[in-house]
Amino acid sequence: MRIAGRGPGVRPVSFSFDGRRYEGREGDTLASALLANDVALVGRSFKYHRPRGVMTAGPEEPNALVTIGRGAAATPNTRATVQEVFDGLEAFSQNRWPSLDWDLLALNDLAAPFLGAGFYYKTFMGPRGWWERVYEPLIRRAAGLGALSGRPAPERSEKAFAFCDLLVIGAGPAGLTAALVAGRSGADVILADEDFRMGGRLLAKGAEPGPEWAAGILAELESLPNVRLMPRTTVTGAYDQGTFGALERVSLHLADPNGLPRECFWRIVAKRAVLAAGALERPVAFRNNDRPGVMMASAVRAYLHRWGVVPGKRVAVFGNNDGAHVLASELVAAGVNVVGLIDSRHDVVPSGDFRVWTGTQVCNAHGRKRLEAITLRTPVGTERLAVDCLAVSGGWNPSLHLTCHLGGRPEWQRDIAAFVPTPGAVPGLRAAGACNGAFTLGACLSEGRAAAEEALGALGMTPKAVDLPEAPEAQYNITPLWSVPGKGRAWLDFQNDVTVKDVAQAAQENFRSVEHMKRYTTQGMAPDQGKNSNVNALAVLADATGQTIPGTGTTTFRPPYSPVSIAAMGAGAEGKGFAPERFTTSHRAAVGMGAPMIEAGLWYRPSYFPLRSETHWRQSCDREVQMVREAVGICDVSTLGKIDIQGPDAAALLDLVYANRFSTLKEGRVRYGLMLREDGFVMDDGTTARLGPEHFVMTTTTAAAGPVMRHLEFVHQVLRPELDVSMISVTEQWAQFAVAGPKSRELLNGLLDAPVDNDSFPFMACGDVSVMGVAARLFRISFSGEHAYEIAVPARFGEALFRELVARAEGLGGGAYGMEALNVLRIEKGHITHAEIHGRTTAGDIGMGRMIAAKDCIGRVAASRPGLTDPDREQMVGLRPVGDVKQLTAGAHLFDAGAAPLRENAQGYVTSACFSPTLGETRALAFLKRGRARHGEHIRMVDHLRGIDALCEVTDPVAFDPEGGRLRG
Amino acid sequence: MAELIASRPAAGLVPVRIADLSLTEESFGALTSLSPRRGAEGALGAALQQAHGLGWPAPNRSTQTDGARLIWFGHAHALLIGPEPAQGLREHAALTDQSDAWVALRLAGDGAEDVLARLVPVDTRASQFETGHTARSLLGHAHVSLTRTGDDAFLILGFRSMAKTLVHELELAMNSVAARKGG
Repeated sequence: MRIAGRGPGVRPVSFSFDGRRYEGREGDTLASALLANDVALVGRSFKYHRPRGVMTAGPEEPNALVTIGRGAAATPNTRATVQEVFDGLEAFSQNRWPSLDWDLLALNDLAAPFLGAGFYYKTFMGPRGWWERVYEPLIRRAAGLGALSGRPAPERSEKAFAFCDLLVIGAGPAGLTAALVAGRSGADVILADEDFRMGGRLLAKGAEPGPEWAAGILAELESLPNVRLMPRTTVTGAYDQGTFGALERVSLHLADPNGLPRECFWRIVAKRAVLAAGALERPVAFRNNDRPGVMMASAVRAYLHRWGVVPGKRVAVFGNNDGAHVLASELVAAGVNVVGLIDSRHDVVPSGDFRVWTGTQVCNAHGRKRLEAITLRTPVGTERLAVDCLAVSGGWNPSLHLTCHLGGRPEWQRDIAAFVPTPGAVPGLRAAGACNGAFTLGACLSEGRAAAEEALGALGMTPKAVDLPEAPEAQYNITPLWSVPGKGRAWLDFQNDVTVKDVAQAAQENFRSVEHMKRYTTQGMAPDQGKNSNVNALAVLADATGQTIPGTGTTTFRPPYSPVSIAAMGAGAEGKGFAPERFTTSHRAAVGMGAPMIEAGLWYRPSYFPLRSETHWRQSCDREVQMVREAVGICDVSTLGKIDIQGPDAAALLDLVYANRFSTLKEGRVRYGLMLREDGFVMDDGTTARLGPEHFVMTTTTAAAGPVMRHLEFVHQVLRPELDVSMISVTEQWAQFAVAGPKSRELLNGLLDAPVDNDSFPFMACGDVSVMGVAARLFRISFSGEHAYEIAVPARFGEALFRELVARAEGLGGGAYGMEALNVLRIEKGHITHAEIHGRTTAGDIGMGRMIAAKDCIGRVAASRPGLTDPDREQMVGLRPVGDVKQLTAGAHLFDAGAAPLRENAQGYVTSACFSPTLGETRALAFLKRGRARHGEHIRMVDHLRGIDALCEVTDPVAFDPEGGRLRG
Repeated sequence: MAELIASRPAAGLVPVRIADLSLTEESFGALTSLSPRRGAEGALGAALQQAHGLGWPAPNRSTQTDGARLIWFGHAHALLIGPEPAQGLREHAALTDQSDAWVALRLAGDGAEDVLARLVPVDTRASQFETGHTARSLLGHAHVSLTRTGDDAFLILGFRSMAKTLVHELELAMNSVAARKGG
């Protein structure tokens, strides 16, 4: 209930939980608002479906996990202690059926003796195959937390980068002080805090320096232009070179996001960092310590001071340190009925206006959906106490998680019975305050100042003076108490339903290493990452194995510190954001002609250009092929890589990267080139034109444009830096179109300002031309096998020239052709693509062994290795069907006509296949063992996937115009 | 004979104006990449100074006069923006016409840095990335050249073929930044 006159704001906020309407206040978390409404039961546990209530007041909450929103936008596993309430907020409890109050799966709790650690490893051993089909689906249905909708998130998240001199992680007393010192000194500071209100534990204090002091510091920080405050931002990971990941909740607290993204995943690069993440209070394990109403003492204190909420009418406090006494006094001062303080220590002097049991432990909690009573074990016997809220403090664990992200191992500090960070575990990061084991306010303030001063010194800046407030010297005086011995189940990890017995059992079954125990019991897994349970569990393990705690060690904390939604990490990459789209200059025209697009790498290219009368792609494709063979076709080939290579040593570089020779190429001529990788296999092919004595333009395939550019840079910068050569990509500069077919010259001469003929422009000629007044480049090259050209103009004229070329081609009985026809044309000619040079073929395999000239080149030596020159290798051949089945398919395998189609009998495989309208039959390119010597042989093609079995004749790869007469016409 | 009509890389995509932010297409004369011959860096610098009044830029820097800009463009390259290059430069450098290869976008207005922070992994704080500073980097997944041209203005050069994606990504980020300011 809310104490009159206390708590945040005044504006009422209306929200619902499991369909029931409640009222909270602006500034409430869902947890504080539910507690103010006296809602104790908020969830069911992971495995046993035990009733659970709010346990903490921060992001370490293991129990109060809820689903926010409905439908596709529903967000599961949201911590009610983090979620801010807003008007119209809808929250739902999880892991219960049919309702939170009446959960049938709570039967699991009765079966607990059979469901201990590792039960499914032992229980579900057989029969074979049942695990995946029966057991796992059953268990997944019975156990678990919230579920995703399975639909795309309707709202956007975003990602961003930030840079600063000093990143301060956490805005409690240490963090505020560090940010103030660095901010006043002129450093670029980012202060990130996971809470929506900065101040950390200062906000949970009943006396100053507390909330007011924090507000004063924040006001100053806000006024400094060099300080950036990032509330609602959890630093989730520490990475190399001062990079930190951070998740900002941008609009999850708003009724109307108004264009804001849900979350932002930040990558913050900081020259220095101060970790001021504070500490988390740890529970004490005792029987039924998971009953709703058993809470952390720090949470009760925070709800009292920050939210004016007391989660019960009869409150008891149970602790092993002086902090418990402070809380009890403050509760009494606030008028709360404190039934008593149970202190496990013997040597305590009772003080304050409440009853104190010393040397006493709470050994059981009663009530099911709400705490009703506790049983104490005093030095003289047991006692039952009627309470509805028990505040527990087992001490504090520094939040040192980030210091472990680069492999740092925390060290045990005996006087505070806790692990503290190893200095220098993350380069450039220093821990300060409670996360460094400094558990008094005075120490937090001075450590924050010292950490900032050290960082400023490292940055070469002079720290400005900052006066720290007087902080009363409080004592901690902890005597460790991990678990209260006794019967029944005592919870260590509330989120994963791991008990003291489970850990003891793991040790008994020889899972004695802390890493093995964690995996066997699932302690510290999942969203929680052991924030509450880690140290308690390993203390219990140490006890069970007879080791010390430092001897037992801790498991490693890995990023993220708290859960990060995949939607935030992958923000911007949904749908087409996955990769950039590349469009040719003719894209709009091609789409206007109704061409369906096919993706080629990042590019979009037209598959075919359907006429109104055509209903099937094959009709269009066949027509386009015939058009090129008989008239003239136009195809945008701008996507091929184009590399401008200049310099006195340009020819020498080409001789090195190409298997064949280019230094002998004459100006104004083009040559086909084959490029090998360093391991001797084929890398890429294409044509290179010599535009001037020291000037070449290389063409690559579309797919290899980037890799070839990278390869050339590598060869030049690393292998032959002495070569005087420059290169740069001009792929984007030129729009280039193939003009192919017997009427290609006729078409071009209608456009060129000076006509060309066979003498001025023979096959493999190139040169500058003028097309409709625009300076252009013309190359007489052919991928189709026809008399053909490629004409290149600056990209700004690409669309206009494409439209003009197509219009003129149509006037000559031709038109535009797409990728399908291009593919058919080249298969008919036996020309290769990356379907053939797929990375495992040699120059010899594709019949180009003799192109490796008598000169040094990349890959030459490796290409002569025995495995690459083996005469039994698969060699490229053509195939035509000769049996009843006429269909040939790429990916099918080849077998001798009489052999069974088994892997052991494989003779090769098909790489490309098409129906050739020119030849009136299906044609394929394939690799076949000793293929070149087997032309004329019959071979069996089997496509096991598609169920095709065809008898073929092995042919030369060139099926059409093998003499090449049409090229030269 | 009819004329070939030139089209702009970002035609139909810009201008984009959201709150105080604007994304427009720059219209430069020529873009020419320069790469010095071996050992000719000094001579090229002198020739550039004489012909265009521009010094050879250090890595991640650019030089500028009225109507001309020379920006570092990666290993051993700089991009001359504006004038047709003087022919004398060819003696010292490889010159390549890039006038049609790049879409040139100007991102300007209060919050331009915040827009870039959503897409570019480069520290663009004014204290670190001053007017005239330049970087080759990524914008989303696309390679770009990024130069600060004023207190609140940046020149973004991207592949012509990726103009649509670039504008789309910038527009999304501009919306995000505007929403934050409005909030």
